[in-house]
Order: sequence, then structure tokens, then C-alpha cells
Amino acid sequence: MALFRWRFWIVTAAALAATTTHAQLNVTVTNGNPDLISSAFVPFGWQGTGSAAPFDVAALVEQDLENSGYFSGLERRNMISRPTLGAQINFQDWRILDVDILLVGQLAQAGQDQYQISFQLFDVTRGEQLLAFRIDSASDDLRATSHRISDMIYEEMTGIRGIFSTRIAYITEERPNLQQRTFRLVVADADGANAAVIAEASQPLMSPAWSPDGRNIAYVSFEGDQAAIYSQTLSTGTRTRVSARAGVNGAPVYSPDGRMLAIALSQGQGNLDIYTLEIATQTLRRITENTSIDTDPEWSRDGQWLYFTSDRAGSAQVYRVQAVPNGQAQRVSFEGRYNADARVSPDGNQLAIVHRGENQEQDRIALLDPSNGEVFVLSRGFLDESPSFAPNGALIIYATRDRGQGVLATVSTDGQIHQRIASPAGADVREPVWSPFPRQ
Amino acid sequence: MNMNRFIPMSAILALLLAACGGNDTTPVDPNAGVAESSGPANSTGIANGSNGVFTPIYTGETREERALREENLIVYFEFDRSEIRPEFNAMLAAHGEYLANVATATVRLEGHADERGSREYNIGLGERRALAVRQVLLLQGAQPSQVTTVSYGEERAAVFGSDEESYSRNRRVELVVR
Repeated sequence: MALFRWRFWIVTAAALAATTTHAQLNVTVTNGNPDLISSAFVPFGWQGTGSAAPFDVAALVEQDLENSGYFSGLERRNMISRPTLGAQINFQDWRILDVDILLVGQLAQAGQDQYQISFQLFDVTRGEQLLAFRIDSASDDLRATSHRISDMIYEEMTGIRGIFSTRIAYITEERPNLQQRTFRLVVADADGANAAVIAEASQPLMSPAWSPDGRNIAYVSFEGDQAAIYSQTLSTGTRTRVSARAGVNGAPVYSPDGRMLAIALSQGQGNLDIYTLEIATQTLRRITENTSIDTDPEWSRDGQWLYFTSDRAGSAQVYRVQAVPNGQAQRVSFEGRYNADARVSPDGNQLAIVHRGENQEQDRIALLDPSNGEVFVLSRGFLDESPSFAPNGALIIYATRDRGQGVLATVSTDGQIHQRIASPAGADVREPVWSPFPRQ
Repeated sequence: MNMNRFIPMSAILALLLAACGGNDTTPVDPNAGVAESSGPANSTGIANGSNGVFTPIYTGETREERALREENLIVYFEFDRSEIRPEFNAMLAAHGEYLANVATATVRLEGHADERGSREYNIGLGERRALAVRQVLLLQGAQPSQVTTVSYGEERAAVFGSDEESYSRNRRVELVVR
């Protein structure tokens, strides 16, 4: 008589610590900047035992910078010479290849599993050194150290802080058939490497959100056929259930100071309202009280306001309200027949939203200027959703579709650079959220 | 000894008619009935008079149970709406009556949405739909404690596809009877 129901299950980080390289993502630039910085990343010299270097620093830096959409790397077979020190460079070799910047360096063994990396970056036209550094690195950290070199070069050339040392959290769903689904919450490096499953369940996982210090991720889990919000510490895998009230417990997002979560609750009443929950004291404050669907809360950078989605005017639109009880909500979006899931840019001046224009069917990622309601459409898919700003504000990652499969993509906030992030076949990838900058 | 010969033809006919009768009749398996009364313990029972106790025999689904069968467990909705369409009124009335009559029965209403729009907004939409169905069941006499709700939004699609046909089958409330 009753429908067959498979038993729910959930596994968290403790049991999954060894599950790296799962759901590896690969980045490809689908539409780049026409004015690329022509770059040469010369293979680093190697000083140590063994004939080959244990890690190709130049190749990773090249991959990072090419993936940014601002750089193009010279193919190694076209290099006339391969200097590994500034003093060895003949700039003429690079000028005739129209190279703008040149990276040379060396990797040296410094002990058991210990290395030293030195590198120099040059402006080829002027024959001028732009960067020169040396850094120690354990063998396990060679990849992370190389990302930091990418960050330095990117910032030197663009004036914008690099995001190659940041991470992305996202949800995957594998479903060989309708009765057998596996949902995973994954944390990976920004280039898709080192993907680690931090939670796995047969019931949906959704809405991951980073704490401002990057140590915790809050998310929604439906284990036991009941929505609940959890907060999980990445380093230990320990998780805490922060809200399991009657009905919907959804859309968690940390306040800028990390002390509170803004959440959406139905409290068994059938309609969602925005609440704030002080994590340490479990103090719950109701912010909106309306018969409409109020959800997708997002804090302003100063923590004084909450942006949210509401259908109180008939269709979903973006509003904001002071983050205190009984605040007066103000409508923020006016253009288009559906605007939702606002995310605030790092400088606080823009919102990334899901936007459906007048007379249009497609959901696209757009920028909304909350001061004047102006909308600038960025993406070109038909079911684009879940925008999340990179912490440097230059990129937005979002979820889109490729031949029926959920995939991730990024777009630069000027709309110029589009990237598709390929995911393993057979798994939907969605709800990407970019981490804050790592603490230095 | 075979007891079949002592059952009048008219009784067999009545049983057969009941078995293939209309939707309002509780179907009875004639063989099940015969087997019950022809067991070895009753083999000399004719002269004993009638002092036995009627024991209900499970012979297949009842009207209420049929209303709760899998194909009747889903209510579908229009895009971005949560009003119950008239064609689901009779089915929900049967569910409500069943819950009112069987105090131990419970149902979980699982609200769903199609994939368009924000995921958390769709959680709100699924919740609103589940609550709309709950209201109907309560009006039919179900007790609040018998009816729980959960919204899965667009997270548990029944059909995978990005077209109106798939969307219309995903905008739904599933009634999970226990």
C-alpha cells in the first residue's frame, strides 16, 4: 500500500577522509578576452636527486593563468631557449615570439620531502624584473605553493587579488535510476583539484554556505525525511545540527561576523519567512512576517541589511529589510518577471541574481545594482542558477546545464570571459559557492 | 469429503458476481472463502448450528485502499501555483475519509516543484503545495497529527527533462501513506 521507500543514509567527513579525487572538475575557457597577456612559463630547473622534478610548477601556473581568461601561454615546443635564472635570459628570444611576460625559476631539494622554489617574472618588452621570490615548500604543498605563485603573477599583471588559492563547495547528485540517488557535498580547490566529499547522503543535500573564516560550511540535509540545517567544521568533520524546526529549515547564510545565520523557516505554517539565528545562544529572531514565500536571505557587507527573495507582489523579486525584527521591506528589483537568489559582491555594491526577463523563459545570471535597479545580464544559458562571487569580485561561479547534465560555469563580472567547468559523466553538479580568501 | 457440493449454485454465483462486480463492491476471492469453510476441522460441521465467529478475511484491497494506491498518490499543480485542481478533489476526499476513519493511519505529504527558478524558492513552493493538500485532508476529517509535510523543492525530480511535459509531472505533492 505505501510506496517503497529506501532507507536514508548519510556519511560525513570522518568516514570519507580518504575520498579525494572524487568528482574532479576540469576548467575550459569557452569565450576569452581578446587582449590576452602573451606569456611564457619556462619549465623550472631541477636540483635534486632523480632525473625529473617531482612537480611541474610552471605547468600549473600556466594552467591557472590561462584558466583566468587573461593570459595565453606559449607552447613549450616553440620556446627558443629555456632559461631557469634571470641572468640566463636573452630577451630577444622572447621578443620575436611576441611574449609580454616571462616566468623562469628553479625547484631545489632541501631535505626529505622538503623543497625550495625560486622564481622571477619579467616584462619582456622592457627587459624589467617584475617579481623575484624564494619560498620553502613541503612536497605535499607544492601544488598549493604553485597556486600562490599564480596569485602573485595575476595580481601583478591585473591589479586584482588572485583566487587560485581559494576553494569551491558544491553539490553533486549521481542517479543511475530514480530509486538510487547519491547526493554529495564536495569541497575542491578553485581549479577543481583535490575534490573531497565532506557529506554524502541518499536524501538531498543543498544550499552550502561558507563561514567568513572559511572553517565551516552550513548546509541543508533531508535525512529522516525532514529538512534540517547543519554546520560542519572542515578540518575535523564534526557537524552540529543548528535548526530542525517543524517544516522548512533552509537557505542558511552566515553573517559577515560569523556569529549568526540568516535562514528561511516555515515553522509548519506553510509559508517561508526570514529569520536570524545567533549560533552560540540559539536566539531566533523573526525578520519578515508575510504570507508570501520569503527566502534566499543574504547579508549586506555591513551586516545591517538582509536581501531576500519574495513573491509578495505576485512573482519572485528581490527585497531588502533591516536585519532586525519588524523591519520595513523595500523592493530592490523591478526589471524582469522573476528575480531571485541575490548574492552581494565583495565590495557590497552589486548583487548577482537569477533573472528572468520580461517575455523571456530563460533563467540567467545577472548583476543588479541595488541603488537604481539596473540589470546587466551576464550568462547565456536557459536554466542558470545559484550565482556566487569569487572573493576578488572579478568572477561569478554558477550552475548551468550542458546536454541535460548540471555543470558549473564562471563568468567575469564584465561579461567578457566565460568558462565551462567540466564534471564527471553521470553526475549532476550544482550549487557552487566560492570560499572566502584563505587566511594568510 | 469435498464440501463444495453442499454449497448451492446461487451462492457460488453471488460470490462470482461480487468478485467481478463494480468499483463499489468489495471483491472476494471465492476460492479463499470455500477453502476457509472446507478445512478438516469443519468437515462434520453441518449439524452444529451457527455459533462460530466471523473472522475477516483479507481478500484484496478495499475501496479506501484502492484510493490510496500508488497511481492515486500524486496531486499535480500549475506553474508557480499551489491551488488544488478540481480533478484531484475526489481522490483527496477519499484520502481524507480514510484518515478520519483509521485513526492509526498517517500520511506524509512531499511537496515538489519543477526545476525553474531558485532552489530555495522552489522549497517554498513545494511547502505551500503540501500545505494546500494538508488543508483539504483536514477538512475531510483527518487529524493534524496524522498529516506531516516535507518540501523537497526541485531536489527530487520524478522525471528528468527540461520541457513542459517533464515540468508538469514534477510540480506535485506525493502522498506517502504509512
